[in-house]
Amino acid sequence: MPKRKDLNCILIIGSGPIIIGQACEFDYSGSQALRSLREDGIETILINSNPATIMTDPSMADHIYLKPLTTKSIIEILKKHDNIDAVLPTMGGQTALNLCIEADEKGIWEDFGVEIIGVDIDAINITEDREKFRELMLKIGIGMPPQAAATSFLKGKEIAQEFGFPLVIRASFTLGGAGAAIVHDPDDFDDLLSNALEVSPIHEVMIDKALMGWKEYELELLRDKNDNVVIICTIENMDPMGIHTGDSITVAPAMTLSDRTFQRMRDMALHMMRSIGDFAGGCNVQFAVSPDEEEDIIAIEINPRVSRSSALASKATGYPIAKIASKLAIGYTLDELKNQITQSTSALFEPTLDYVIVKIPRWNFDKFEGSDRTLGLQMKSVGEVMGIGRSFQEALHKATQSLEIKRNGLGADGKGYTDYEQIIQKLTVPSWDRVFVIYDAIQLGIPLTRIHEITKIDMWFLKQYEELHFLEQEISQHSIETLPKALLLEAKQKGFADRQIAHMLECYESEVHKRRMDQGINRVFKLVDTCAAEFQAMTPYYYSTFEEEIETTDGKRFVANDSAVTDRKKILVLGSGPNRIGQGIEFDYCCVHGVLASSECGYETIMINCNPETVSTDFDTADKLYFEPVFWEHIYDIILHEKPEGVIVQLGGQTALKLAEKLDRYGIKIIGTSYQSLDLAEDRGSFSNLLKEHNIPYPKFGVAETADQALALADELNFPLLVRPSYVLGGQGMKIVINKEDLEAHVVDLLRKIPNNKLLLDHYLDGAIEAEADAICDGEDVYIIGIMEHIEPCGIHSGDSNATLPPFNLGEFVLQQIKDHTRKIALALNTVGLINIQFAIKDDTVYIIEANPRASRTVPFISKAYGEPYVNYATKIMLGDKKLKDFNFKPHLDGYAIKQPVFSFNKFPNVNKNLGPEMKSTGESILFIDTLKDDEFYNLYSRRKMYLSK
Amino acid sequence: MNMKYTTRKKAIVLLEDGTVFYGKVVGDMEGTAFGEVCFNTGMTGYQEIFTDPSYYGQLMVMTNAHIGNYGTHVEEIESDSVKIAGLICKNFSYPYSRPSAEGSLLEFLGRNNILAVSDVDTRALVSYIRDNGAMNALISTRVDEIDQLKEELKAVPSMQGLELASKVSTKEPYFFGDANAPYRIAALDIGIKKNILRSLAERGAYIQVFPYNASIEEMKAFDPHAYFVSNGPGDPEPLKEAIATTTAMLKTGKPVFGICLGHQVLALTQGISTYKMHQGHRGINHPILNLLTGKGEITSQNHGFAISAEQAAANEGVEVTHRHLNDDTVAGIRLKNHKAFSVQYHPEASPGPHDSKYLFDEFFEAIKEAVPA
Repeated sequence: MPKRKDLNCILIIGSGPIIIGQACEFDYSGSQALRSLREDGIETILINSNPATIMTDPSMADHIYLKPLTTKSIIEILKKHDNIDAVLPTMGGQTALNLCIEADEKGIWEDFGVEIIGVDIDAINITEDREKFRELMLKIGIGMPPQAAATSFLKGKEIAQEFGFPLVIRASFTLGGAGAAIVHDPDDFDDLLSNALEVSPIHEVMIDKALMGWKEYELELLRDKNDNVVIICTIENMDPMGIHTGDSITVAPAMTLSDRTFQRMRDMALHMMRSIGDFAGGCNVQFAVSPDEEEDIIAIEINPRVSRSSALASKATGYPIAKIASKLAIGYTLDELKNQITQSTSALFEPTLDYVIVKIPRWNFDKFEGSDRTLGLQMKSVGEVMGIGRSFQEALHKATQSLEIKRNGLGADGKGYTDYEQIIQKLTVPSWDRVFVIYDAIQLGIPLTRIHEITKIDMWFLKQYEELHFLEQEISQHSIETLPKALLLEAKQKGFADRQIAHMLECYESEVHKRRMDQGINRVFKLVDTCAAEFQAMTPYYYSTFEEEIETTDGKRFVANDSAVTDRKKILVLGSGPNRIGQGIEFDYCCVHGVLASSECGYETIMINCNPETVSTDFDTADKLYFEPVFWEHIYDIILHEKPEGVIVQLGGQTALKLAEKLDRYGIKIIGTSYQSLDLAEDRGSFSNLLKEHNIPYPKFGVAETADQALALADELNFPLLVRPSYVLGGQGMKIVINKEDLEAHVVDLLRKIPNNKLLLDHYLDGAIEAEADAICDGEDVYIIGIMEHIEPCGIHSGDSNATLPPFNLGEFVLQQIKDHTRKIALALNTVGLINIQFAIKDDTVYIIEANPRASRTVPFISKAYGEPYVNYATKIMLGDKKLKDFNFKPHLDGYAIKQPVFSFNKFPNVNKNLGPEMKSTGESILFIDTLKDDEFYNLYSRRKMYLSK
Repeated sequence: MNMKYTTRKKAIVLLEDGTVFYGKVVGDMEGTAFGEVCFNTGMTGYQEIFTDPSYYGQLMVMTNAHIGNYGTHVEEIESDSVKIAGLICKNFSYPYSRPSAEGSLLEFLGRNNILAVSDVDTRALVSYIRDNGAMNALISTRVDEIDQLKEELKAVPSMQGLELASKVSTKEPYFFGDANAPYRIAALDIGIKKNILRSLAERGAYIQVFPYNASIEEMKAFDPHAYFVSNGPGDPEPLKEAIATTTAMLKTGKPVFGICLGHQVLALTQGISTYKMHQGHRGINHPILNLLTGKGEITSQNHGFAISAEQAAANEGVEVTHRHLNDDTVAGIRLKNHKAFSVQYHPEASPGPHDSKYLFDEFFEAIKEAVPA
């Protein structure tokens, strides 16, 4: 049966600002859904308050509403578009589902004759209401952990007495495990119970007996209206039960499941999905398996929507779940649709992998001072990376290399722990670094059985670690000259980076690279194709690996490479890696637009990124996607293979930017602003000289490399002082100090955390107003795309400030200074492309805080507010394809657009919520107001000093 | 435990056309194994695959990145021995982890004297088979004797026209299940998988399993309520005895059910010819559309031959009931004038999804209808 004829106009609800537990995976799913529906000629209407998303681009939907996600907005939209036939709420995470339910309860959908597609409300209610879900599961014969519901404190206490400890408590109807906790100690129970009751919107808490150490699995399902169900992906959590799946290291395909147990699980998943309702769409089911001979399977939860795991599953398999789920929601059946990768076989099938993927979450505990860094039932990570390899070891290594936490992989960098007690402690209390500590433990000689006993991680994974350790030991006995080729190939196949091998051999990375080039140990690229090469696939989605040779009949030896190089001119865009605070979805937005603009200029586009949540890693975005760590070795080998015209670094945030120096050193062309200019802007001394030359004011500052120098500088500059390391993003390590004791403590701390870094001390302009400008420069002309004024006074990181576009109370005189300074600086830095400049304004004088000749966090916001494709323009200028005068700028904005930061502090109850120079927000939303008399603006303005620390 | 990292000895995969894929030998085995090289895309169920008689004489490329992770289990076998001729894989897992395992895959293959080669670029090999078709090959540790090996490989007969059922069939009839079960089924073993017998027995059948060359009279002596024609290896066309016996089964008027090779045999009794496929279907993710209900199923498949779609469509006595969604090959037929049906895939799974179990239920419904209450 083809698609339904009665659905001509569909409303999609986005997921709003990025928060912990709901990141840019929903930009990916929403974008796919929109594209998928439009392919079928359906009019699409989108509501999302997050301006940093690709999905809210004018080209993505027929009508886009950047409005708060409230039923009020929904009613406004439904009134304006009386032709909306249906709403698809499954692409915007829990936020969209909750809004859909709220609208349903208020009878809004019914009033406007709008059908809910892709899910049914009863299904959501059953799966979210843990008591109902449990009853249903028991009715259909699916095992559940011993569990009971409490709607009062007293009832909760009774249950605890009955079950005994350890216990798990979970709040009903919450996101990312908010309010969930494992309770080992009865003394902690009371507080955690009250907290969970409080965060649950229906004041219900489920108390489970803890299944500590059970193995955890997730299945991603798709169902059509004919009740055909397929399993797209099976994901195994390396971290067993007890750590939220969003905070677990996960692996696909499942590594330690026999067919018999897997098929039982598959049967259960199908049975569960069918039992909760009769809807067409995606679904995620989580199971626990007992780690004993019984292999008992117990259901943990089911989510009848597209989730973070389905984004991962899509990237892991190549099967675009959101795209197909959207087709199913409008009436297609799986057997009518094609496998999007092969284009020749059926979408009704289950992908098979001939590689392994490992996902590692990215945490940002350093941003939340005082936070509990222990991993548990509540998700705390802010992003994730995925590594793809031809073995678990290779994938694990690539994932660790993708994290950008200054590690080169497992071991072999001299950064491992060596203290027995410390290692045991870190194994026992899992945190962000346990993935590395396991290796350290093996290096130290702690038996695998002991590591298993503590972590409950399956022995198979630990044995893989052990093999890496043996290999490292073996290699370490050699020098670069004596290392046998077979051993070097083994090391590369197991994912060791050249840098790690160099560390083992005590030589330079470049020597290892040269050695393997000489020996023909070359990185080759393989295709992610859903079918393990059974069918020909054209989709250009690659990962790298190392393989053994093949010899043809005429004696020619080669290593098979799936990635054929075309003779077109190519542009490489470096992605922004894992989401983290200070570098999130905004940069993915910029990268995607960089790719699209380069394509419009006639280039073949190549994307390198390792973040599975993003649109940039959708195989539909660039002409070629290399799903690889944004790590020098991988990038360089891709460059050697593809030989692009140049590399775009200014769109991928600090991740891409910090590779500029090395690219330049290796003679690889950087598109747009040169490395020298990027470096000049970062080097405070040279930059200040430049400002001085142009007669532009800046706060008094100095550079220190020791605490002594810093204290001496303080006398010169006067307190308060703003102290920060150079070359950081999101204000990492930035602090305002008011006396010598504070200064000394902070400087010592910084030099310990980031050794060999220069520290910048600025005189802090107390009570100043902060503003920033983004501009495009083609080397000759400068066009200011927007000026934003922060509502909070100077001292709060720009990413954490509420800000208005255009400024709300800067006079003409000040604005003129901002414009003049921006022009002068952009030209002086020989900027070609984007530049962002931050200003402090005091006593009508505009001081320069910093200038960054690259895409900033605010560019997507300004683009959305003015309805202009600025990144597209900037890219064309970088490429030399256009000049500023070629564009007809027509920004349009009635009133003001307010950028509002959104925080995820509820995940870190004990953290100091004061804001300061270090960024803490995870996302942002946009609010359009007609006048400054708007209540919302008044609120923000009146509260502006509340959070300011010191 | 070895406390030292060892790189293993070289080994090769040599294809009939002379192409060589380099790899390493698994364990410390030496020697050479010959067979038709084909690939299986299943990500689970290696032990079931290796013991499935349908794979007799084949060098099996497993596309999954790791093989052997969960060791071996006494119950997860489909026959009494390993039936594949040899194993080719990417990463062979020496360590394994599963509390209920009896031992490692290495020991299991060793006991069965099966040579295995790992570290091969299996993806390139699969692509090669996809582009050039399934062909004869060998795996060997004699990496310095390629010219000699090429000569030896020439002596290996092609799978086309090869009768293999006799190699894997039982020599003597035997019984399976509970003698007091309500129904009796006579099964013709041309390579039967254990899970087929289990699937029949658990639905209330007592089964007598007959050798590939059993006559209808021998089978009738069991007084069966229904007949079953099993899966198995090789080309169906040379199976003259099985085809004749199956024709005779139909004449009894009792229900007949065929799986895989049995499906091809049933088609041959109706004058529908079979052919060798380019690369065959081997995996546990194959999409089938049931043409009677319009519903899809994900199936376990393992076949290198198929029945002619044109002839099946043109045959008035036959209705095509199932179609493979990837390449439109015939996946199931039903005879219009007999209570007989067959499928090209494996409803008994093992390994694979359980979506098609209903076929056994339908077989039993047919039996129940035929048996007077």
